[in-house]
Amino acid sequence: MTGSDVPESPPPRLLAPVAALGRATLAGAGSIGQVALFALAALRAALTPRWFGGQIGRQLWQVGFLSLPVVGMTIWFTGAALALNVWTGGSRFNAEQAMPQIVAIGITRELGPVLAALMLAGRVAAAMASEIGAMRATEQIDAMTTLSTDPMRYLIAPRLLAGVLSMPLLTLVANCFGIAGGLVVAVQVLDIPPPTYIQNTLDYLQDWDVESGLVKAAVFGFIVALMGCYHGMNARGGARGVGRAATQAVVSSAILILAADYLLTSLFSRM
Amino acid sequence: MPVETPLPKLAWKNVSKRFDGPPVLAGLDLAVAAGRSLVIIGGSGQGKSVAIKVALGLIPVDGGEVLLDGVNIAGLDAAGRRQALARVGMLFQGGALFDSLSVWENVAFRLINAEGVPRREARARAIDTLALVRLGPQTADLYPSELSGGMQKRVGLARAIIGAPEILFFDEPTTGLDPITAAAINALIVDRVRSLGCTAVSITHDLASARTIADEIAMLHHGRIVWRGLAAQLDSTDNPYVRQFVDGRTDGPINADR
Repeated sequence: MTGSDVPESPPPRLLAPVAALGRATLAGAGSIGQVALFALAALRAALTPRWFGGQIGRQLWQVGFLSLPVVGMTIWFTGAALALNVWTGGSRFNAEQAMPQIVAIGITRELGPVLAALMLAGRVAAAMASEIGAMRATEQIDAMTTLSTDPMRYLIAPRLLAGVLSMPLLTLVANCFGIAGGLVVAVQVLDIPPPTYIQNTLDYLQDWDVESGLVKAAVFGFIVALMGCYHGMNARGGARGVGRAATQAVVSSAILILAADYLLTSLFSRM
Repeated sequence: MPVETPLPKLAWKNVSKRFDGPPVLAGLDLAVAAGRSLVIIGGSGQGKSVAIKVALGLIPVDGGEVLLDGVNIAGLDAAGRRQALARVGMLFQGGALFDSLSVWENVAFRLINAEGVPRREARARAIDTLALVRLGPQTADLYPSELSGGMQKRVGLARAIIGAPEILFFDEPTTGLDPITAAAINALIVDRVRSLGCTAVSITHDLASARTIADEIAMLHHGRIVWRGLAAQLDSTDNPYVRQFVDGRTDGPINADR
């Protein structure tokens, strides 16, 4: 009897978890590959002509300018709360005087870019996935293709560019709001004179603290736009599929932002 | 002396396509000559939309070829496919108008974004084209959400014909329309196809529409052509698939419970 004559039988029940793990691993690897291919195609469309200037401008407005209020408020309150926490906790070992420096470094290196990106994930990634997913469901993307216009260039590249260009600017503004939040608490609650707070902040804040945050912000902006576009373009199954795409865009953006934050922070700490 | 067979304008040659489950197209062989209007009829889920989408290169085929003027569309690179698509127009079932653009921007989309026509000139050409589908200039600045279903179809038709295409595709052009609006859309399709002298391929299960706009009709069942003939032969054929479909009977070779 040759091997090919042996009838196929289902794997023993004991091995079922192994089979399930194998299927999940293959599916996960497949998804990563699809995202990577999509990212490469999107980058090629974003970095080579032709660019649709009107679409890029519209997305910069949507992603950047319209996100300012929500990002500004988020970081302002975070800066204020951080100032109070550092003051309270730092007083246990006489470190409360370092509060302005800790707030400034914490905001510029970590909280500014990360919180701005998470707010952007909630506001922008979901909106991108919903809009593109609805266009997919109503055949607008097919229509665009039949009109000799590449959806990667018309829809995806402008959103990617807007994400990468807007996030550093948003983060710069967010940093100012966060430090201002700390300043208001310091002045109003803790009776620290404004010139003292500002001088302490400026004396200890280094260029790289701000620059590293802006580099992170650009990466996070790329992630948010990529996830919004990817899940929108792959939305299936009508209104339910569009809703699922929006949820997946937000969740995957948030996880990738936090993972990228750790990797970039590790990288920067060795520089 | 050998008789030369004219090259079909568009041909599906042994095209197969499968998603999850049984094949949607199972060796589809069909051709349409230049200047003719072919209507593909068939029940829901029989592969009509997929047949059009593979012809437009929107869905890759698993096997076989789709030939446009003898050139296999699947073998073209992205630039070649864009050039091929510049010669076709498509009216989608739901209109597929871009929600964020006004009516004239929808109609002029190809001119502005693919051909680089200045916006002022594109707007003028869009308004001229809207007149061809009986829509006045007052509709130009409206948005798709402000239009009725019939008006959306007209705008979709205007968008499809603005580039004077060589082939026009119509996906269920009268679905969801009342009989009077459907008749008006059918008349517009016949009028525009004749004026442009182009080839037309339509899919529908609206037999009144098929009789009006078709020179020839083909019936698709389980991804294969089971009957083909002139539009006038639709009511006289004794093909069991066509008879069951035209008579709207549940008994016959087509499973009514699919």
